[in-house]
Amino acid sequence: MAELWELSARALRDAVASGDVSCREVADAHLGRIELLDGQVRAFVTLTTDEALAQADRWDQARAKGEALPPLAGVPIALKDNFCTRDIRTTCSSKILGNWRPPYDATVTTLVRESGALMVGKTNMDEFAMGSSTENSGLFVTANPWDLNRVPGGSSGGSAAAVAARMAPLSLGSDTGGSIRQPASLCGTVGVKPTYGRVSRYGLVAYASSLDQIGPFARTVEDAALLLNVISKHDPLDSTSAPLATPDYTTSLTGDIRGLRVGVPKEYFAEGIHDDVRAAVEAALEVFRQLGAIVEETTTPHVEYALASYYIIAPAEASSNLARYDGVRYGVRDFRADDVLSMYELTRDEGFGPEVKERIMLGTYALSAGYYDAYYEKALRVRTLVKQDLDRCWERFDVLLTPTSPEVAFRIGEKTNDPLAMKLSDICTIPINMAGTCAASVPCGFSNGLPIGLQIIGRPFEEATMLRAAHAYEQATNWHQRTADL
Amino acid sequence: MPQLDLAEVDHVALLSRLRLTDAEKTRFAGDLNVILEQFEILQQLDTDGVPPTAHAMVLTNVFREDAARPSLPRAEVLREAPEARDEFFVVPRVVEG
Repeated sequence: MAELWELSARALRDAVASGDVSCREVADAHLGRIELLDGQVRAFVTLTTDEALAQADRWDQARAKGEALPPLAGVPIALKDNFCTRDIRTTCSSKILGNWRPPYDATVTTLVRESGALMVGKTNMDEFAMGSSTENSGLFVTANPWDLNRVPGGSSGGSAAAVAARMAPLSLGSDTGGSIRQPASLCGTVGVKPTYGRVSRYGLVAYASSLDQIGPFARTVEDAALLLNVISKHDPLDSTSAPLATPDYTTSLTGDIRGLRVGVPKEYFAEGIHDDVRAAVEAALEVFRQLGAIVEETTTPHVEYALASYYIIAPAEASSNLARYDGVRYGVRDFRADDVLSMYELTRDEGFGPEVKERIMLGTYALSAGYYDAYYEKALRVRTLVKQDLDRCWERFDVLLTPTSPEVAFRIGEKTNDPLAMKLSDICTIPINMAGTCAASVPCGFSNGLPIGLQIIGRPFEEATMLRAAHAYEQATNWHQRTADL
Repeated sequence: MPQLDLAEVDHVALLSRLRLTDAEKTRFAGDLNVILEQFEILQQLDTDGVPPTAHAMVLTNVFREDAARPSLPRAEVLREAPEARDEFFVVPRVVEG
């Protein structure tokens, strides 16, 4: 008989609902696995054992009374540590927040709790979501469960690793330039970035407000769809939240993609894509053809400019968003300072890590007088061109397919000295954030035992079609059944 | 495109409210210049007549009712402050003299 931690979220949810297993047993099984493995993986910053067990008991009692259970009752979940969780330490993996406990919950935190899911902990990340390997965490480095000497990707590395190591069947991350999809690719899980505005950002600590979006990690597309159902709600507390109803994403998982028009933008297959990644993605295209999709090459000519444009826009927005970390209201403060300017400068220089400081500097420079037009405004015009490329594709195609990451998981420390090398990890994911549309990564192969991800890009707010494509591909292959050997 | 020299780094650090060490300034000048060089490719692109996109989703002025609602409980907010007294966050002297 399978261990509880081997089961999908769907299977756990069903077993709890039917009374085959209690929420408490599910919680204990996963907390036990976390205790066994997290010393090696280091996915978690904070474990919320008491919270998980209290919620488990709450739903076990509800079931005993014959009450209807919410849709994810009993399913363990981990949250990236940039989600505000009331009275539970939230660090963004930065020293500058110290032991700060938010006085409020993010909207998504509330939705997760109301869904019955059991929050087992807050996960490690690149500091303030800036990075592609989780090595920029101000706290410690998370390991990839497929090879503990390698990175899990970033910035949501902890959330990806937790799911890949089967410490929880579900987790949530945030994606600004690829920070869900790239770690999903490197850790062999499903990762989804919904359309900008689909999921509330209220209580998500902001990095780049026009790009950030929360999304799920799971081991199957169906599990991701279950979680998307919970978090995709219009929120009056987030004025960028789309005023749309939530579909039931599970109903689109029909397995049928006959006639689906699939575009393959050739610029995503330029040199720089690892040979095994290219081969795996091309094999995936063949699976789509066999399933009856119409697969055709297309072009999005401005992709090569998206990376530079992003590395102006995101740091510019970050320089503004991170101005609030000033030692005044929360987190740490340098008490040696005897004037306010010194307090700001010392607190920030000591509290922020080097990558965060560098991006604040870059963003400040790009916005400063004399440079605003040449850098920031120019980047915003380029963003329009990138978006228009994708808009043109939606006239002819339902989804686009590309690699998620140009490579598989690299060794810890391998890229940390080169300011450019790390950033190139996001060349396939960034354009999607710039355009605001949705994309998912699903496992599509391995290179020397390391996972490769296929990116499926969908039309804005048509996550249903994107998930249908992802699910059909997944069910026609076995990649999702391979698990890390921990 | 002008490249950053150390004087410029000092200026940007002041705007960023960062008290960088000399080692940090040198390193950042180097790293930022490498990155700024990459931005040169954007200059190759003709963007005349292309409107800027600050925000991918088109929503305009999302308002709520102008009615008072409960705020965060003050005590809980001040509990997390590095230094607080009564109803205030306490900070070092702001005004000279």
